[in-house]
Amino acid sequence: METQKTLPAAKTGQTAVLQGNEACAKAAIQAGCRFFAGYPITPSTEIIELLSSEMEKVGGAFIQMEDEIASACAVVGARWGGKKAMTATSGPGFSLMQEAIGFAAVTETPSVFINIQRGGPATGQPTLSGQQDIYQARYGSHGDYEIIVLCPSSVQEMYDFTIRAFKLSERFRTPVILLSDEIVGHMREKLIIGRDPIPDFPDWPVPVASPSEDFFTGASTMVEGQLHDDQGRRIGHLPTQSGDFTHHLCAKIQDHMEEIADIETYFMEDSDVAILAYGSVARPALNAVKQARGVKDTRISSRFKIINTLFRRGIPAAIQSDYSHLKVGLIKVNSVWPFPEEALQKIAENIKLIIVPEMNMGKYSREVERALRDKVVVSMPKCGGDIHTPQEILDRILEEVGVRESRI
Amino acid sequence: MNPVYEKYIKKESLPTLFCPGCGSGIIQMAAIRAIDQMGIKDEVACVSGIGCSSWIPCYLDLDVIHSLHGRSLAFAQGLKLARPDKKILVFTGDGDCLAIGGNHLIHSAARNIDLTVVMVNNRIYGMTGGQKSPASLKGMKTKTSPAGSLDEPVDGCKLAEAMGATYVARWTTAHPIQLEKAITEGMNHHGFAFIEVLSQCPVQGSSAFGDKTPAGMLKNMKEYTWIKKKGEAPPPDKTVIGLLVHRTDRLEYTDQHVLMPGGTSSDKPIEPAKEKRGMPND
Repeated sequence: METQKTLPAAKTGQTAVLQGNEACAKAAIQAGCRFFAGYPITPSTEIIELLSSEMEKVGGAFIQMEDEIASACAVVGARWGGKKAMTATSGPGFSLMQEAIGFAAVTETPSVFINIQRGGPATGQPTLSGQQDIYQARYGSHGDYEIIVLCPSSVQEMYDFTIRAFKLSERFRTPVILLSDEIVGHMREKLIIGRDPIPDFPDWPVPVASPSEDFFTGASTMVEGQLHDDQGRRIGHLPTQSGDFTHHLCAKIQDHMEEIADIETYFMEDSDVAILAYGSVARPALNAVKQARGVKDTRISSRFKIINTLFRRGIPAAIQSDYSHLKVGLIKVNSVWPFPEEALQKIAENIKLIIVPEMNMGKYSREVERALRDKVVVSMPKCGGDIHTPQEILDRILEEVGVRESRI
Repeated sequence: MNPVYEKYIKKESLPTLFCPGCGSGIIQMAAIRAIDQMGIKDEVACVSGIGCSSWIPCYLDLDVIHSLHGRSLAFAQGLKLARPDKKILVFTGDGDCLAIGGNHLIHSAARNIDLTVVMVNNRIYGMTGGQKSPASLKGMKTKTSPAGSLDEPVDGCKLAEAMGATYVARWTTAHPIQLEKAITEGMNHHGFAFIEVLSQCPVQGSSAFGDKTPAGMLKNMKEYTWIKKKGEAPPPDKTVIGLLVHRTDRLEYTDQHVLMPGGTSSDKPIEPAKEKRGMPND
């Protein structure tokens, strides 16, 4: 029998080299997650393996359930028992979890679902990467609801976004999905662990329309999967009240987009052309931008959070490159859902052409197109499991710019 | 209103959606009496699935999860693991527990996790209008088996016993006192307790108990059943009711679990349970 994997010793503020999945497990513990239920599935298995031992060290509960349906349901059950809870899975398991994710949304149960994407549909490509679940993460469960989905592109982000997922889920009392993929889940990188202490439970959740007291606090909480009032009594047969409830579910998140939206921009100040990417594809996209700009420095970033305060640090003088005339920038979307429409419109104000590379048949590009109607949005789909190379992205930009110029 | 009932019911949630003559009220009252008699109002939470029977706890002044179809045991296991010090009472139906949720029954019984499951068996899908359920008798005519059901009925008690449930009982709505006692015993039992309750559905499932009136169905339930007695062989044409399994040789799941109430690790080693299967049932 193989011995239980354990994490390399890493203390608060220390650097470590970890796999994306390991960073996710570590972050969950750091965020106060004390319940994990899961079912093994490639390529997310390292998370369940690690938490089977790590959870016990902090006095939490771990259970390997009979399937992903049970795992997702147990997570919701455990949260009502007062434990922050999460599960981790991949494509087929994520499909099975959708009903419970809808239940968590309608009962306003804070919960975190990790999806380490692989190629699909069905068994698809168990060992290769993809971003094909981008719509399922948003629209997977039946009915109308709003959900928060974060997309990491590095091991550090895997760590940071897992913690943010817990914070957001408690704040907005909603399921939050960490939509990673096989590439980020399995890559090993340096990361800094535990930079900020996590409060146990934030005392500032948004107003909710459902009972929200934990069980066994004397509140007689009624958790009802049918549309319900603030006492948990069913209102599913009452059209006006039900309509209001659905509006509330969406509005409690949509009204706080300034807080939720997280978009990073690179070289966007003077750009004509932008690459819009999320998840692992943001890596070759950034590399392409740097090549185009003739920049070698790896630590250039500016984080855009609605308020247009772009700042950059340490950009060396640009080296002349074959693509210098292009003026390419990168828009890296970290909070992919709800779609950060307004923030994006502001960022892309002066952009003429946007290339959207993604590891699917071109899904997110439709959203970009919808939000930026006056821009030329070019989808750059890639299926099969291989990630776009920077060269492919650059060539596509050259091609598109050429086409556009020849038309003029 | 009955004073015990009044103590536990949320009046603003009334009326219940049970049809006249439904057996769920009898089961609800038995559960209320059991909880009241044990004095565990603050120590118990209810979890239910979807179906008529799963509405039973929804009118009670307790912590309740009215969960998804078939998933009550999955939610309940999560809740139990988060709070191993509390009692969890699960209400489910024959369709909810044996069809869509059958896998969770198998695995929660195998774990011997400390839950008390009340499976209300009316041998029909009542809420959707009278389609056959996994517990419908062979040959039973329903809206989805107009020529008679071809399937053999699934015996939830035997399934639970086979998977290692340590307390298994079957009663009917014609035995409310015994049912109350069984629910009390089930909640006092430290392990997986499975209690099947045969219950009448006079609106959708009259063919299951050979009468159209609730009173006639209750009468038939007494007639069709035989209370298990030690050393006596059951009559071949009767359903065995009573206490079917009571084992003390298996460890409870959360006890073996490294997690203990309050979140401190236990030093208790994980011992393999002594297997003692094939106990006489009926």
